[in-house]
Amino acid sequence: MTALLLIIIPLAGAFLAALWPDNKSRPWFLPAVGSLHAALCFRLLLAPPRVSPEAWVGFDPLAAAVLPAVSLLFAVCGFYAVPYLQMREERPNRVFVGSLLAVLGLLSAGHQARHLGILWIATEAVTLAAVPLLHFNNTPRAFEATWKYLLVGGTGIALSLLGSFCLGYSSLHGGGEGDLTFVSLMAQGAGLSRPWVLASWVLLLVGYGTKMGLSPMHTWKPDAYGEASGIVGAILAGGVTSVAFTAILRIRSVINAAGESHMADRTLLAIGLFSMVVAALFLLGTRDYKRMLAYSSIEHMGILSLGAALGPLGTWAALFHVWSNSLTKGAIFLSAGNIRRASGSPSLDDVRGMSHVVPRSSAIFVAGLFATTTCPPFAPFFSELKILGAALQTEHGAAAAGFLACLLFAFFGLSRVVFAVVDGRPHPRAKSAGHAFRESFGFIAPPLLLLAISLWLGLFPPKILHSTWSAAVAQLFPG
Amino acid sequence: MEGRRGVIAMLNLLVGVAMGLNLLALGCSRLPSLIRTVATQGMVLGLMPLLLEIHRLDWRITLVAVATVAGKGLVIPGLLRRAMRAANIEREVQPFIGLMPSVLLGAGGTILAVALAGALPLLPEHAELLLVPGALASVLTGFILLIGRSKAISQVCGYLVLENGIYLFGLLLIKATPLLVEAGVLLDLTVGIFVLGIIIDRIQRAFDSLDTRKLTSLHE
Repeated sequence: MTALLLIIIPLAGAFLAALWPDNKSRPWFLPAVGSLHAALCFRLLLAPPRVSPEAWVGFDPLAAAVLPAVSLLFAVCGFYAVPYLQMREERPNRVFVGSLLAVLGLLSAGHQARHLGILWIATEAVTLAAVPLLHFNNTPRAFEATWKYLLVGGTGIALSLLGSFCLGYSSLHGGGEGDLTFVSLMAQGAGLSRPWVLASWVLLLVGYGTKMGLSPMHTWKPDAYGEASGIVGAILAGGVTSVAFTAILRIRSVINAAGESHMADRTLLAIGLFSMVVAALFLLGTRDYKRMLAYSSIEHMGILSLGAALGPLGTWAALFHVWSNSLTKGAIFLSAGNIRRASGSPSLDDVRGMSHVVPRSSAIFVAGLFATTTCPPFAPFFSELKILGAALQTEHGAAAAGFLACLLFAFFGLSRVVFAVVDGRPHPRAKSAGHAFRESFGFIAPPLLLLAISLWLGLFPPKILHSTWSAAVAQLFPG
Repeated sequence: MEGRRGVIAMLNLLVGVAMGLNLLALGCSRLPSLIRTVATQGMVLGLMPLLLEIHRLDWRITLVAVATVAGKGLVIPGLLRRAMRAANIEREVQPFIGLMPSVLLGAGGTILAVALAGALPLLPEHAELLLVPGALASVLTGFILLIGRSKAISQVCGYLVLENGIYLFGLLLIKATPLLVEAGVLLDLTVGIFVLGIIIDRIQRAFDSLDTRKLTSLHE
């Protein structure tokens, strides 16, 4: 029942927020619902409920291994949203707040979905609920980004429905009764019809891979992240992508049970490394620091896919990386949002010397850069080290070498952009715009908190998380 | 047995009509005729669940059929026509890939779909149906329209054809897992949001031609 509350509370919050009359106080719904959700989520993490095998929705070990990170990120972003939306009084925020809360509820449903159909419905609904968030700024550029997001994301989600049909038919053809819970699909195992399983894996990987932003289906991502506000970018990069990742993990466990794990691992490895290479190349070329974040996100999705390809060890590391990536990305997105506000432009052509205009945000931005490019002692360093270890233990030496090379190039690309933004003498236009933006507590504390959590996860990782990730791996790789 | 054979023949005829409409859509040079073609395809598709389960009709299947005819055949085409008027755009589709090459590609795609479908095993009760090749052909046609047309409205039509293909495939599962098939309605909602987006955007701002080739300010 509490598992359902994780879905119902945000959706009810969204409904109330849509009815709430006052534009100025409405943003408080975000931190209020976010904190309640996070509290509930961590309570469930500490005392995991029993999930009956035939349940369609439930807080199972895999949900416990990922959802609290998303919930935490959302709660912190919720506190950031209050000053952000109050500063932007000129824009009505009814739809924005409602959609953001709906996204949280649907993300909870997607993470907890133990049924192929429910999983698809939740992911599709998240895609649609995020549309107004991207369009919030209401500029022609935002319209263009939204259009591309819908077209590419919509096609991806359509293909994942086709893939779900194929998986359903493989079960039917193998003598199944039409029960599409992952538990029963896994139980059917080798009984699933092989050609249909292969077809479904290709379609589902392309479909959910589009949602995750794996290359070459990533084309919507730079535009969407480049035009969305920092908070929306943080939720998309840390929350929406992770629901697609858990979807792929759940489906992969069925493919494993059907005896096709070798093929699944190989495709995940190839697509993961390809995403990392593409992201590293674009990072070396981009001149827009918000698009830079999108390419960095593509790189980290590649890392997750690579981790998932490396058996139980790698999957454990990938679950760790979901946490470290979500929280670190949140910090860097929010600080980039502050810099964007203060400078009035996302392009390196107009932005420099921001350490003089917004010193605190710049400091967080630089620290976030080091955290996200795998510098110890932040969490991404440790999760990526685990992935590297898994690659070496499973004798994927070439993949490990490629992984390290991409990390190095990504570091060059990211540091080039970040220091161009921070260093130098401020642009005259930025100086005048910078006066309009005050680095108040509400704009600084949330990204700082996320960075602190990332540091804490790296230095003193709590035991409970380790055991939850192990339980999730046991769920995905039974026997 | 005789009745069942007749039903299968009828269904296959409808799938054939849908496949023909695919090629017609690829050959349309003007937006209104493209919209009409896609709407007709939607209506044809809406009849299929009724035929497929003619001996075991229940309210759920009737609802799917009614929703399909209403959504794909009436509401979405109506919205598309409204968007076209609101946007006041020229009626030509302005293809990236010319009309004749598109039709040839579509025909090649149809042959490919039939070949691919041969590799996928079917249950005995589905063996004589053409749903799988029809579905794959529509998905490929949808892709050709999505990639090969520049106007936003024709891309939406391409998405509709793609979605129709997925719906065709879903008919195989309608009895076993109705929920999954009904969820496909959400794809129609996606299309609805596409079109509403165009209309709302037109109302808010003077956009020149709604040519997606002009959506190029975001790039490296």
